[in-house]
Amino acid sequence: MLSLHSYLILSAILFSIGTVGVLVRRNAIVIFMCVELMLNSVNLTFIAFSKYLGNIDGQVFVFFVMTVAAAEAAVGLALMIAFYKNRESIDVEDLRLMKW
Amino acid sequence: METIFFTLVAAAAVLTGLLVVTCRNPINSALSLVMTFFCLATLYVMLDAPFMAAIQVLVYAGAIMVLIVFVIMLLNVRSETAKRYTHAGFISSVVGCLLLFVSLYFLNHSSLTGVRGSLDTAVINQVGHTELIGKALFTDFLLPFEITSILLLVAIIGAVILTKKKI
Repeated sequence: MLSLHSYLILSAILFSIGTVGVLVRRNAIVIFMCVELMLNSVNLTFIAFSKYLGNIDGQVFVFFVMTVAAAEAAVGLALMIAFYKNRESIDVEDLRLMKW
Repeated sequence: METIFFTLVAAAAVLTGLLVVTCRNPINSALSLVMTFFCLATLYVMLDAPFMAAIQVLVYAGAIMVLIVFVIMLLNVRSETAKRYTHAGFISSVVGCLLLFVSLYFLNHSSLTGVRGSLDTAVINQVGHTELIGKALFTDFLLPFEITSILLLVAIIGAVILTKKKI
């Protein structure tokens, strides 16, 4: 049987890739997809711990994370459409409406 | 055998994850992300969580990614052919590497703690994974489950108002 560590290392790598993506990209939709990548790496951690502790609670949390991600997708994409209607762009460098 | 399979799937997941960040065309990023989701679903099956793998494919690779691809096509986001499609590349890579090192450091210098349950492969095969999840959801986690439905309702209303109203 594989050790817990291999799953956790994979999860850490995916989370770091997602973080770099959020910081680096300028396209709002790609940033959004990188956030989804980070959420998924955390889900992998939850399920790996759930298996190695013999406890179902982690998998129930994955269920809730997925629900929140779905709600976030609906609201976030609606926000992007509203912004695109005004500015004809979804580049985050144009998002400075609330800049002081 | 299991280790070789895990290594292959993990390598595919990391590679497609990198493609999500580096692709210039958002559609290519989205397709790479779908591939990452499928790799993670495979890993969930290896971790004795077949219901979670099915939900991963249905909800993430199905519903959420369809929504994202739909919005990409609706907004007519073109491939970023100009030279600058990223910003603050160097600093962000440093931050990412630091995050990776810190998390790996804590992984190697920590021990497994938590409430141990009675779940193992034999129990899952006998009772069924879906039934176990359902029991947990409707007994111990009933209140969070109900709150989740309110969250989804609020998200739907918010999405409709945001797209209808002049902002």
